[in-house]
Amino acid sequence: MRRVPVLSWLAALLAAAYFLVPLYATFKFSLQMKRGELSFESYRSVLSSDLFLQVLGFSAMASLAAIVLGILLVVPTAYWVRLKLPGLRPLTEFLSLMPLIIPPVVLVFGYVRIYGTGSVLPLTMTEAGTNLLLVIGYTVLSLPYMYRAVDNGMAAIDIATLTEAAESLGASRLRTVATVIFPNIRSAIVSGAFLTFSISLGEFVVTSLLSRPGFGPYMVQIGQDYAYQPAAIAIMAFAFTWICMVLMELFATARPGQGPFRRRKGKKG
Amino acid sequence: MSFLTLTDITKSFGANTVVRGFDLAVEKGEFISFLGPSGCGKTTVLRMVAGFETPSSGRIAVEGRDVTALPASKRRIGMVFQAYALFPNMTVAQNVAFGLKIAGMERAAIRARVAEMLELIALGHLAGRYPYQLSGGQQQRVALARALAPKPDLLLLDEPLSALDAKIRVSLRDDIRAIQRELGITTIFVTHDQEEALSISDRVVVMHQGRADQTGSPAEIYNRPATRFVAGFVGHLNTFDAHVGRSGTLFFGGRSFPGIVPEMREGTRLTVALRPEALALAPRGPGDLQIGGTVIDTNFLGSVIRARVRIAGISVAADMFNQSGAAAVPAPGAEAALWFSRDDLLVLPARADA
Ligand SMILES: Nc1ncnc2c1ncn2[C@@H]1O[C@H](COP(=O)(O)OP(=O)(O)OP(=O)(O)O)[C@@H](O)[C@H]1O
Ligand SMILES: [Mg+2]
Repeated sequence: MRRVPVLSWLAALLAAAYFLVPLYATFKFSLQMKRGELSFESYRSVLSSDLFLQVLGFSAMASLAAIVLGILLVVPTAYWVRLKLPGLRPLTEFLSLMPLIIPPVVLVFGYVRIYGTGSVLPLTMTEAGTNLLLVIGYTVLSLPYMYRAVDNGMAAIDIATLTEAAESLGASRLRTVATVIFPNIRSAIVSGAFLTFSISLGEFVVTSLLSRPGFGPYMVQIGQDYAYQPAAIAIMAFAFTWICMVLMELFATARPGQGPFRRRKGKKG
Repeated sequence: MSFLTLTDITKSFGANTVVRGFDLAVEKGEFISFLGPSGCGKTTVLRMVAGFETPSSGRIAVEGRDVTALPASKRRIGMVFQAYALFPNMTVAQNVAFGLKIAGMERAAIRARVAEMLELIALGHLAGRYPYQLSGGQQQRVALARALAPKPDLLLLDEPLSALDAKIRVSLRDDIRAIQRELGITTIFVTHDQEEALSISDRVVVMHQGRADQTGSPAEIYNRPATRFVAGFVGHLNTFDAHVGRSGTLFFGGRSFPGIVPEMREGTRLTVALRPEALALAPRGPGDLQIGGTVIDTNFLGSVIRARVRIAGISVAADMFNQSGAAAVPAPGAEAALWFSRDDLLVLPARADA
């Protein structure tokens, strides 16, 4: 007879309860905006708020910009280091982890000092400059994840040999990166991008210290002023994060040529 | 003028010199193998020909044109790697078409050439598959087709068969040789497997510590090794310390052989060697010479039986064909006489300067 591992199950249930109970409570609470009935009123209220859409749009744009900047920064660096300077890998890895060690507050105060009024490059003086700093900040905060994802993606294929194979067939460096390297680490880049997006979208410290109209500060403000709407936002954010995770998983496990966005082609005889 | 010439090539990585004074002239359409133990610099020389490494000194020329400083992408070479290195995001057909697209060929011409190449490697039915859906042998065939598709001047293969199992290794190597003959493409093939090198090459370059120890046809390499290293690396070899006595008498294996090295000076120390197949239990011709000792054991190797005989304190291997009517296999402990012809005796420099 097989013994049911009672203790393990109990532990798992307890752990699950830890996060399922508050989730359930928040969800239930978010439905109780109208007295005496369950409704999606709080969600309607949030989604119809102009300010909500505005801050969400702003943060989404900034996050997308951070993704682009991150890809442009990380992909060529990781490629070059793996190809030509393998001795530098520990260093780049360490550098990419720095944002986990340095608190965002320190980072943003550093920015304000270096790029503030009276500095050589007073970025904080203009709206566009501050937005640029925000995007750079997001890129830095998500660097550890982006670098990890891309570097792992490159480890999974033999970068050096594929590059040489392409070159022996006459391909230039740029063409090699565009047609051979990039498509083969696309899933890694996409998962790095989703991580960047979920980190940047609700980011609070950098956004509020640069006083940008982002989603993070908005949530905090709402939390102080309203009761039901923050619960609705929390649930939506939770759902969004999960969607991101699922998409990431899909991309990360996709085989080359059969990813979620595979171009369909007629079967050739 | 040779098709490919390597002149006095040297390559160092930092303080470590891995290729020294390497010279080679390859004729058009020739199949050359680089043979040598791990770390002797075979890959490094091949990569310099390909353009992936730059020689520290020396000159590489194709048809008299200096290509030493030309990047790999401009050299018109086809390269096949040990790890296949197919592009994982492309189908078999797309892989083969890659070099053609870069060459700016017309779509229809590309399609025709891809079909032709896939026919050559007999994988036309797998054109739509991705590399991960192929076996190792199939992947390596595709890699060969991809390398040959743009009609390169030179085909370079770096241990292309090492990752495959024994049966495929033999059949694919014969296919490579057949395709190479059909296309008449000048080819350099790197391997550390002497059987592979000897069986498919026009000429073999035996490399040792960054140098070409000997360059010659498989028969020359096997029958007349130029150095002790070549003799020992290519095939099994029984070696004996020997010295020359008065009037060309050679002393080794506890015996003397009067007058067989008349050109040697008395007192010269040298090494002599005999292949296992050069030794027989009975004389095979008039004038055969003889050494003798005690049989240690016999090993059944299929088509041959190898006896190990202790002669003057060293173990000597002798091969006999496993055929009916052959002399009886001696029992361990028995005395045995081993006969050889003067022509099979390899005379090499003594150990010190090997
Ligand atoms: N990029 C490099 N940097 C430093 N040393 C290198 C480099 N490439 C090769 N070497 C050294 O050069 C020597 C020859 O290497 P090479 O790869 O040419 O040997 P090989 O004959 O191909 O051996 P194998 O049969 O194991 O492939 C080795 O000692 C190796 O450590
Ligand atoms: Mg090698």
